[in-house]
Amino acid sequence: MSVSVLYSLLGSTLFSLGLYGLAAYAQLLRKILAINIMGSGVFLILVALAYGPGENSPDPVPHAMVLTGLVVAVSATALALALACRVQETTGSAQLPEDESD
Amino acid sequence: MHQKSGFSPASVIILLLLLALTGFLGWAIVSLPIQGASLRTQVLANMEQSGVKNPVTAVLLNFRGYDTLLEITVLFLAVLGVWSLGTVQILDKVQPGGPFLMALMRILLPAMMVTAGYLLWVGAYAPGGAFQAGAILGGAGILLLLTDVRFASAMARWPLRIALTAGVSIFIGVAFGSMILGGRLLEYPRDLAGTLILVIECVAALSIGITLVVLYIGSRPSEADRGVSVKSNGKRKERP
Amino acid sequence: MTWSQWLFDLPLALVLLWLAWRLLSSKDLFKGVVLFIAFGLLMALAWVRLQAVDIALAEAAIGAGVTGALFISALHRMHREQDPDGTEGGEAEQSKE
Repeated sequence: MSVSVLYSLLGSTLFSLGLYGLAAYAQLLRKILAINIMGSGVFLILVALAYGPGENSPDPVPHAMVLTGLVVAVSATALALALACRVQETTGSAQLPEDESD
Repeated sequence: MHQKSGFSPASVIILLLLLALTGFLGWAIVSLPIQGASLRTQVLANMEQSGVKNPVTAVLLNFRGYDTLLEITVLFLAVLGVWSLGTVQILDKVQPGGPFLMALMRILLPAMMVTAGYLLWVGAYAPGGAFQAGAILGGAGILLLLTDVRFASAMARWPLRIALTAGVSIFIGVAFGSMILGGRLLEYPRDLAGTLILVIECVAALSIGITLVVLYIGSRPSEADRGVSVKSNGKRKERP
Repeated sequence: MTWSQWLFDLPLALVLLWLAWRLLSSKDLFKGVVLFIAFGLLMALAWVRLQAVDIALAEAAIGAGVTGALFISALHRMHREQDPDGTEGGEAEQSKE
């Protein structure tokens, strides 16, 4: 198993872990944490597939895309946190309500 | 708090579906060819035309400059979104720090400024660049915001808006300027490419730093803060 | 991949997975946010391993630093809303490990 494959598998597992966290927890802050973990997983996959050992330097285009994605992720997190605080102010709790019927 | 923990049928189904997803992604990754398609050779072949020596910076600010332009715009849009949700009085957030914090900041802040400037400059030759420098400036700004009253009150004035929009404006200006000069959008003139990239990076780093501080504040500075001016000895004075 | 590379990569991968699981499932949100900052710093280590030093610098500064500060600030604002009488929500919940 090469370095690329190991880190890509790690990235996809982090993505699934984040997706489970997004679906399973009702507290809004946990959902935002889970989305950040999903983002980190995707970035790992991109950069791991661009890995070039030793002499062949890695592919710089996915590096640039991940850098862009990191900054976009922090903007989205900031907006999401502001919205979560607003939800807390208007409804009194930052937890999505449980479904009564199923 | 676990809302759906335990072995309710819904959570078991979610878990199985996610295991299937992980398995499918893993299989897709393992079945990729060993040496996949890569743009490395094309980028390295065109490095002299880009004006910088670091391939990632060349891709970010020259070959795929449009993406970076939109990224800086996304930062600005996040500020717009956060500001539309309400106002806050910043001056209430400032607390005089303890002696340890003040001593630490006296050492840290100059080091952070120098590091940010270094990262900005070295981005043309080695790993670094505008975003890293802007992030360090943002961190320094957050530290300052929590302890320095003058900085917090400066956040409530109009020069803040100029600093926020400067990065986007310069980038758009260069983009359309190159169109006016006869090329296509964001097609820098060959001999000016390095200089233009440096100018864009400088302004963008400042803009990114201020944007991160504003995102940390979390709401629009309220009108009440604008009427207060802070003198150097910390005393506040109501402006007429 | 040589065994010395395995010696570094496998523990890093396992610690990243374990950190991600712990930060999502921790009862105390503040603990989760601190673990998230640690997760960001270990991701910076992974980026350096993958020869993406620009991303490592940006992840350490933006991903761990600024995002962590944003989370702590939001946590403080939300707990202040929840407990207007002043008791800290984070200290009131005991984390049951």
